[in-house]
Amino acid sequence: MSNYLYLIPIMPFIGFLINGIWGKKLGEKAAGYIASAMIGIAFVMSVTAFFELLGHDPHHRVIEKEFFSWIAVGDLSIPFGILLDPLSAVMILVVTGVSFLIHIYSIGYIHGDPGATRYFAYLNLFVFFMLLLVLGNSYPIMFIGWEGVGLCSYLLIGFWFTDQAKATAGKKAFVVNRIGDFGFLIGMFLIYSTFGTLTFSGAMHGAELFVGSTAIIFWMTLSMFLGATGKSAQLPLYVWLPDAMAGPTPVSALIHAATMVTAGVYMVARNSFLFIMSPGTMEIIAWVGVLTAIFAATIALVQNDIKKVLAYSTVSQLGYMFVGVGVGAFAAGVSHLVTHAFFKALLFLGSGSVIHAVHHAHAHAGFKGDPQDIRFMGGLRSKMPTTFWTFFVGCIAIAGVPGLSGFFSKDEIIWMTFANGHPAIGVIALIAAFLTAFYMFRLLFLTFYGSWRGRKDQEDHLKDSPKVMTLPLTVLAVLSIIGGWIMIPYALGGGMQFEHFLEPVFEFANNFAGEKGHPSHMAEYSVMAISIILAISGILLARAWYLKNPDIPARLANRSKLAHKVLFNKYYVDEIYNFAFIQTFLGLGEALWKSFDVLIVDGIVNGVAKLLGWISSVVRKIQTGLVSNYALMMAIGIVAVVGYMVWKI
Amino acid sequence: MDILTLIIFLPTVGALAMLLLKRDSDAAVRGIALVTSLVTFVVSLPLFFMFDPKKGAYASGLGDLIQFEVQKVWIETFNINYHIGLDGISLILLLLTTFLTPLCIWGSFPAIKQRVKGYYMAFLFLETGMLGVFASVDLILFYVFWEAMLIPMYMMIGVWGGPNRVYAAVKFILYTLVGSLLMLIGILWLYFNGVPGVHTFSLIDLTHLGQIPAGAQLYLFAAFALAFAIKVPMFPFHTWLPDAHVEAPTAGSMILAGILLKMGTYGFIRFCIPLFPDGAHHFAGTIAILAIIGIIYGALVSMMQTDMKKLVAYSSVSHLGFVMLGLFAFNMEGLQGGTIQMINHGLSTGALFFLVGVIYERRHTRLISEYGGLAKVMPKYAVFFLIVSLSSIGLPGLNGFIGEFLVLLGAFKANPVWGVCAASGVIFAAVYLLWMYQRVFFGEITNDANKKLKDLTGSEFAILSILLIFIVWIGVYPNTFLSLTENSVQMVLTRLGG
Repeated sequence: MSNYLYLIPIMPFIGFLINGIWGKKLGEKAAGYIASAMIGIAFVMSVTAFFELLGHDPHHRVIEKEFFSWIAVGDLSIPFGILLDPLSAVMILVVTGVSFLIHIYSIGYIHGDPGATRYFAYLNLFVFFMLLLVLGNSYPIMFIGWEGVGLCSYLLIGFWFTDQAKATAGKKAFVVNRIGDFGFLIGMFLIYSTFGTLTFSGAMHGAELFVGSTAIIFWMTLSMFLGATGKSAQLPLYVWLPDAMAGPTPVSALIHAATMVTAGVYMVARNSFLFIMSPGTMEIIAWVGVLTAIFAATIALVQNDIKKVLAYSTVSQLGYMFVGVGVGAFAAGVSHLVTHAFFKALLFLGSGSVIHAVHHAHAHAGFKGDPQDIRFMGGLRSKMPTTFWTFFVGCIAIAGVPGLSGFFSKDEIIWMTFANGHPAIGVIALIAAFLTAFYMFRLLFLTFYGSWRGRKDQEDHLKDSPKVMTLPLTVLAVLSIIGGWIMIPYALGGGMQFEHFLEPVFEFANNFAGEKGHPSHMAEYSVMAISIILAISGILLARAWYLKNPDIPARLANRSKLAHKVLFNKYYVDEIYNFAFIQTFLGLGEALWKSFDVLIVDGIVNGVAKLLGWISSVVRKIQTGLVSNYALMMAIGIVAVVGYMVWKI
Repeated sequence: MDILTLIIFLPTVGALAMLLLKRDSDAAVRGIALVTSLVTFVVSLPLFFMFDPKKGAYASGLGDLIQFEVQKVWIETFNINYHIGLDGISLILLLLTTFLTPLCIWGSFPAIKQRVKGYYMAFLFLETGMLGVFASVDLILFYVFWEAMLIPMYMMIGVWGGPNRVYAAVKFILYTLVGSLLMLIGILWLYFNGVPGVHTFSLIDLTHLGQIPAGAQLYLFAAFALAFAIKVPMFPFHTWLPDAHVEAPTAGSMILAGILLKMGTYGFIRFCIPLFPDGAHHFAGTIAILAIIGIIYGALVSMMQTDMKKLVAYSSVSHLGFVMLGLFAFNMEGLQGGTIQMINHGLSTGALFFLVGVIYERRHTRLISEYGGLAKVMPKYAVFFLIVSLSSIGLPGLNGFIGEFLVLLGAFKANPVWGVCAASGVIFAAVYLLWMYQRVFFGEITNDANKKLKDLTGSEFAILSILLIFIVWIGVYPNTFLSLTENSVQMVLTRLGG
């Protein structure tokens, strides 16, 4: 397999070309099958590659292949190469695996849409770029994928482009990501000017020998992290992700929950050897992560759009991953990346199933309402049993109920904050965990429990989604349950196989950080206990407020109107950004154009032209029309020029 | 006759042949124009294969790098020679010219209905002028081509242009003339004082034997730089450009952006920097800062344009800022990036102007507000427009990224502050292009006039596809082109003492 690694990203690219060029002729059905098949093949190849890697002894689990020289200028040489190591192996498994399920699901979801073939072409293109991102063996190759997934995100958010609001959301995502990309670029420039290379192995080698000032590492890693905040929707660049929900729901599941948005976490993990050398950056990452986690969780408490809740939840969960890598627990951050990919993809696809059903119910009843507003749902548990129980699994997984995947990965992160000496961050992370359990079960209860709050004629048309959609839900539900079982900590008698598999990748970082000493299992148990208690209380509180006494939330919102308003309006961050940045730059552009270009520069140019016109109207009088006069003038001129030159020589 | 001379004057032969035609033979005129330019392109292709990129490694002057050299005495008294030849940089620009010209001529067919013969004659004369500029090794020969080229371009704007064409044409010619007069004085100075004891206009002699006192270099650099800076155009000499572009016919804009602006940047890398390295060092900071201002300024002003063509014109100011910044980073990355960015800008901005022309032919307006929802009626057009915009934005995998990345890398190496400031331009580029794209292509079709718009015609599709091949080629495998210019760029660096 190792000689054919390049086929893994090539498969979806072929799918993109087929559907992009002949999609219209092939029709929706064939397009869906081809797209899914390509991802399926890529998944099988990834599994094969994974086992091949597993066959090597742990310290030689690196396969690097270079195909051609992409850019070669002077000393700069950027090969087009790919790198398979435990980290990228995990990533390609998650990317192709989850993508495959979501492609299958999409066949049912996008059925009947006139743009279906275009949809599958974009989706394949996305997977291609995502695989390039995680497989690239250098920063620039990673950057191709990095920008490429951003492009696909742009195209898919604005998939229904006749709606200006959706197109605007797509553009916002691209532009905000570009701010992050600016950071990525600066990071690359610093890496190149410091280490003289742009390959990961070269930079790692450079880092091992590095003796210079850590200030440069600080700026290097901080710039890279700016890139990560863009792609992974962290403070202050998270604003595009909630708007990105304008895209089709499977896209939200794939790109805006499971894969692309985790690219920032992957980037930090991939560069663990650099980040670990800058404690300042690590501190910033951990704090940005935890503040994003709690900030987004508070917003999620009061949103009424099923996808908005999940979007803020994603922002919040990504925050946890950054807490993990920020406190030096790189493997824990990646673990949460994996489990989150399962349960958040599951939750989004579940919400898609709900929206699909409610939308059809609305359509049958001739009702034009928002099919995503949970205030007008309820009681779907009996109408959509498969969707319900899988969604329920997703909720308990993300809430951190013991035994499920989210519990192990999230708890490991929270535990590591304490173990590595960041108790304040740990406490905030715990509070956010409580909020998570609360808002997820608020969502669950409002959507699936109680009774239908819409019209009766709609209710009759509610039914569960077709098999092609519920089957991926079931698979993801199983993964959300068992996905964490390879991450069970020693304290609970587990083997942490997943973290051991990743260990060689983080060896340098872990050695650099040094042995932290082994805090007792007792401490770990206590943190775990607190976390479990908080999760259960969150669930119970949601049950009390939204199931038992549904009038409490309204009363509460009434009593603290201001707080509710601020949360509901997401702290007015979009409005502030609009005023502080967008209006400023638009005004500046207008002012520069109208005042500098038109008034000053053109004013001078036209003024000179006018002056010349005036002079020539005076000088015209010399134009006597007599040839002898001209000849005289010419002679004088020549004498003057030649005289000057002779004099100079 | 040698191949290079043949290439330069083939278009002129075609133009003169048109004189033999009767008045109403527009179809024949078009045929001759297209065939002539195509033959010129085909004849120029062997240069690419015959060129030896290895020649002139570690050259210290232009002489070791020049290939296909031809030298014939022209005006003996003043030691003026018909002296032509190509190095890697002039080769790729010459090929860009022979490549773009037939596309522009082909693209002009539906647009030019009046004074057809004059138009195509002007176009072919223009091509000879441009090719001559890139091939000249003698300064007077260069100057003659440089000035000769202005006349057909002036006519193209002034005769076949839009409503405000006379103002734009006069502004174009005045701006350019002011610069070139100073350059002429500089050329004369070099003749008398450039090489001690010898009077020469030869660039080869001047780069080999030239000993120009550092003090004089400052003035000479300034004189040449002004001429070229206006041509580029660099901030703040750029205000002729939007007017010229808006008034020029589509093909005129394509050639203006694609080739004519490159003469300015070419002038810097061929004349200003290698001839006056001390002067270049002295002014590098100023020029780099003006380039960075241009990058951001052009982008901000682009954002606010209501006319699509003006928007693309201002984006040129921004893109050429990148080229200039790369050239004045004075390192391999920057100079190579700036050089390849010249080609990229020619392809991408040429394609953008063509795309704007496509819709202008159909609706006779370029106002963004007149459009909206075009993706629905013109899907192929929308796809091409998107890809070309992305290339202009600098998406990796397409050509624009290669140039921008190398330029920024080089600038950062020269001075991190330059790199950081210039890199912010990548954000703005995304804003102005995607915003325009959204307003033109997305949303519902609100304007009835757009409901029945026809998608790309066969020839439009073909022209764009050809441009697209190169946009992708440079993005995926830039080494084809980078390797051609490496030795020339190395020579410039050697002259700079690096």
